[in-house]
Amino acid sequence: MENRDVLLKISHLSKTFGKNAVLKDIDFTVKKGDVTCIIGASGSGKSTLLRCINLLETPTTGSILFKDRDIMDKNGDPAAYRAQVGMVFQNFNLFNNMNVIENCTVGQTKVLKKSAEEARKKALYYLEKVGMLPYINAKPRQLSGGQKQRVAIARALSMEPVLLLFDEPTSALDPQMVGEVLDVMKRLAKEGLTMIIVTHEMAFARDVSSHVVFMADGVIEEEGSVSEIFYNPKSFVTKEFLSRFMRE
Amino acid sequence: MPQDFFGRIIYLLSRYGMSFFNGALQTMNIALVGTIFGCIIGFAVGVVQTIPVSKNDSLVKRILYSIVSFLLNAYVEIFRGTPMMVQAMFIYYGSSALFNINMSMMFAAYFIVSINTGAYMAETVRGGVLSIDPGQEEGAKAIGMTHVQTMIYVILPQALRNIMPQIGNNLIINIKDTCVLSIIGIVELFFASKGVAGTYYTYFEAFTITMVIYFILTFTCSRILRVFENRMDGPDSYDLATTDTLAYTSGMVRFPDPKNNKEDK
Repeated sequence: MENRDVLLKISHLSKTFGKNAVLKDIDFTVKKGDVTCIIGASGSGKSTLLRCINLLETPTTGSILFKDRDIMDKNGDPAAYRAQVGMVFQNFNLFNNMNVIENCTVGQTKVLKKSAEEARKKALYYLEKVGMLPYINAKPRQLSGGQKQRVAIARALSMEPVLLLFDEPTSALDPQMVGEVLDVMKRLAKEGLTMIIVTHEMAFARDVSSHVVFMADGVIEEEGSVSEIFYNPKSFVTKEFLSRFMRE
Repeated sequence: MPQDFFGRIIYLLSRYGMSFFNGALQTMNIALVGTIFGCIIGFAVGVVQTIPVSKNDSLVKRILYSIVSFLLNAYVEIFRGTPMMVQAMFIYYGSSALFNINMSMMFAAYFIVSINTGAYMAETVRGGVLSIDPGQEEGAKAIGMTHVQTMIYVILPQALRNIMPQIGNNLIINIKDTCVLSIIGIVELFFASKGVAGTYYTYFEAFTITMVIYFILTFTCSRILRVFENRMDGPDSYDLATTDTLAYTSGMVRFPDPKNNKEDK
């Protein structure tokens, strides 16, 4: 619980689109090795929060400290920061003009300036990890959704990020593919990778989280450990949201 | 001079075949150079027009950008909105009258076709860039690519593929439209045909030949570009890679085993 373990510290973060306040005064902290799941109803601001963390959206107010440095600093370099923070999207967002292996090497060679050989070795290593090794020559359009998402995870891992963000990685997949992607994510969680996961897969969140954040209407309604949120929720909204899931 | 139609065509071809040929060559020369430079101009303008500017950027950058963007818009609108024939006259004679620049005829021809194509291509490129799903741009940003890197490695290759049909369109339009350059004295296919036709007053026969030549030129180009497009798409199938040596025989390709470094030489 020492301060040096803190990787990401968000304070008083808010985001408005026009007059619409999507995030209101968000505070939360991620420590090294944490697997934080953000759950909540659609439209509660989960994805926006995640996109703010990666600066894909610019927060309206507040600060985000990454390794004790303010990433919103005017003199900061958002690209260099993003190279340390991976992101996996709901819609995969693979590069359609490149095959699987190129998708996983382009960031390493162009952003991290690694040699082609080194990048390829690393890419093969992570592609094997997600079970996509046989498909290195395929183009994204030739893959199924679950395969695409596993490649997207390998692409993010190839950059060897300090923190990996998942934005509803299984929402565009059918139940069988959901399983194959969640399996990969579970393995990563076990290996101690720091992750923030926005998800609607409650069973998954319950199984892998070290920390759960429940959001409603742009605020963090409740946060805590799995047992606190899933089995002893204090807030009425949390109870109501989880009741449907816990009955199953 | 033979009396029947086909006889006269053969006569014209055997006598003035070289004039037609040289005219066609000149036409293709101007059309190709104009299209290539036009594409380069179009890409430059189109890419600049799609640079994102946010409220967080510095004031200087925003002002500079709006000036550049105004000039580029003016360029596109003016050259798209006036006939190339008029531009040819205006630029070729205007440059010597106003600025005392004596362009060579050929330079003027290249210049006019390029800048015209550029104006059309700018809009096409802009459309091509906008056609790429913004998610891929976010994907590129998320692994730390800058805007320029994202453009070069991710967006433009795909935009180029998407606008290939339009580039072909422009090439074909240019092949046909170079004939307006005869007004500043360029001896291209139309000018050459007019010369041949005038010699014996065989307008119908001469321009029948011209029609056929123009069609052959444009049709050939459009077919070549189609082959080019298919090649850009790449194969529809892919090989599964494996380290299992038995599987090589079934058409699978081999890749170095990441666990066994000795294998990748």
